[in-house]
Amino acid sequence: MENNGCLPCTTLREGFPAGLRVLVVDDDPTWLKILEKMLKKCSYQVTTCCLATEALKKLRERKDAFDIVISDVNMPDMNGFKLLEHVGLEMDLPVIMMSVDGETSRVMKGVQHGACDYLLKPVRMKELRNIWQHVLRKRIHEGREFESLEGFDFEGIHHFMRNGQDQCCDDVSLFSLEDCISSTRKRKDADNKHGEREFGDSSSTKKARVVWSVDLHQKFVQAVNQIGLDKVGPKKILDLMNVPWLSRENVASHLQKYRLYLSRLQRQRDQKCSSSGTKHSDSNPKDPGSSTLKNSMNKQQNVFSTDNLRCPNNGLLQLHEADFRGTVSELNNIVPGPNMTNVSHIGLDQTFSSLNSEGNSEVFDCTLPTQYTWNQVPQRKLQDDPKSQSIASMDSSPSAASSIASSAVENIIPAQSKSLMGNDLGLKTQEFDASLSLIPDLEFYQQNLLWGGEGGFSPLDEDLHFFLLQSECYDDMNFGMHNIEMPEYYYDPGLIADVPNHLFYDSADYSLVDQSLFIA
Amino acid sequence: MDVLQLQRKLREHQAAMIREGFLDDQFSQLQKLQDESSPDFVIEVVKMFFDDSENLLNNMTRALGQVPVDFKQVDAHVHQYKGSSASVGAARVKNVCATFRNFCEAQNLEGCVRCLQQLQHEYSLLKNNLQYLFRLQEEIQAAGGSIPTIE
Repeated sequence: MENNGCLPCTTLREGFPAGLRVLVVDDDPTWLKILEKMLKKCSYQVTTCCLATEALKKLRERKDAFDIVISDVNMPDMNGFKLLEHVGLEMDLPVIMMSVDGETSRVMKGVQHGACDYLLKPVRMKELRNIWQHVLRKRIHEGREFESLEGFDFEGIHHFMRNGQDQCCDDVSLFSLEDCISSTRKRKDADNKHGEREFGDSSSTKKARVVWSVDLHQKFVQAVNQIGLDKVGPKKILDLMNVPWLSRENVASHLQKYRLYLSRLQRQRDQKCSSSGTKHSDSNPKDPGSSTLKNSMNKQQNVFSTDNLRCPNNGLLQLHEADFRGTVSELNNIVPGPNMTNVSHIGLDQTFSSLNSEGNSEVFDCTLPTQYTWNQVPQRKLQDDPKSQSIASMDSSPSAASSIASSAVENIIPAQSKSLMGNDLGLKTQEFDASLSLIPDLEFYQQNLLWGGEGGFSPLDEDLHFFLLQSECYDDMNFGMHNIEMPEYYYDPGLIADVPNHLFYDSADYSLVDQSLFIA
Repeated sequence: MDVLQLQRKLREHQAAMIREGFLDDQFSQLQKLQDESSPDFVIEVVKMFFDDSENLLNNMTRALGQVPVDFKQVDAHVHQYKGSSASVGAARVKNVCATFRNFCEAQNLEGCVRCLQQLQHEYSLLKNNLQYLFRLQEEIQAAGGSIPTIE
């Protein structure tokens, strides 16, 4: 596929996002199978890989063979975060991380390493359907960066985004749409031709774009140096540069590229002269400036607050997903792999000691607008779900994205409030329907099936003998698991009625199976 | 037993499994994924899960039998199993894994051993129940009926 810096034909052809080329990496073959199926249902083009090294090989072979990578965090041959870094640096593709573990520190790590999203397993169809937005967002970003290359039709993009949304998105990320529209308006020289969509077509529609000439860039650098790289922000730079036709966004994207460039320089310098690195070079890339990040993220925040008014229903949760994605992509573009300290207000103090010990990471003060975004997520969950009561107070740990928000409940709860879960999920280990005290034999067998797979109890009837053949153990393993042959006849599933306790605790060693262990 | 009765049993059994926490919504998701192009999708996935389970439980047993116990290794297996159980919606198994991981982190051998036993138990129950479910499905299909979907 040709990619001259514009949105490639494959990405934005008719029917986008169908045909999106996804590479899935997961060492668990079960998940690989499921994800493949799910992605195919989204009409995406799927390639699966069970090894990270394999995935990298595929990616390196043809750099433009894929639009997006989805990878599990835990893999035997290579840490998912490492893969993420590689992909980000070498191929600059959007990468989505996945894990059954939704612990905030892990998520943060994903963010730091440049993930554009972090999905919690089990992954929902809805989440997968929306991944095309990451691709589009990244392309748009890139489009802004490579100013010298052909412009692209915002009108057209707008149109495609609408199409894409109609096609496959229940929950539209209005962020991306608004972002597109607002930047369209801001482009003073934008020449919006209605109905024309040219992508990757260099000959015709040439939009006037911000060309970062040497002079302009010099002004930029001067402004940056004047403010100080650690305190710099697009607004400040813009003000100093005093170029009327330049927008904040132009500056912001240019700043990101600049930082990336600086960090790359820094890495090279570090490699070359380990002992005698200049102090100056040390400080620069390491402090891209908290205020900048904050600024840009706050700016996005402001954008969202208006959006919020427009879409109250999809409102909070969707906004946060978008907000997070927006911030993540910002972070992603700035410096891959920075450590974020000072996020204590989201209560991650202890987790960050582990993060800080990461080698090769750059530290800058960053206060994510978590108070705004993340706090609202649990509230929303409160409305939806009584279970979330237990996490309502946990402002610190909830998800950074809606994808996590919804599943975090399941993940956090077992660890923290098992009793709650026990009650809510109706684990009827001890509550039984009193009404079914007299159980016909058939129903009894059914209950056995659900609860008492193990041997040890005396059959009430000969039928039980057929039904539950207790003797088989797994040959290989020897830990007393029984294969139960299925009966030839079927029972009325009266189900868990009065299951005598001894059934549940039937195995000799099961004095250990007590409620506290089970629920706590 | 006619098809209708079988279908009712199937529905009820699956509903019971969900109610009792053996299966969660993920299982329904898997069923939704099943279509003409992959008519045995759910069974295939569950079979993979069974294989995985036996493998991982085996690994855990071995790891806990070592002297000294490498808790990180045990934890790695449990984590993997947690992911695996999440794939089919094996909620109870998954929950035990979560507790198990806590014990691993605390390096509490006794707690780990108990969890392993519990895992084996839960897995055993789940396997039996699922096999019953699939058997019902088979019977229904053999009798010419269709598999009722659970909402």
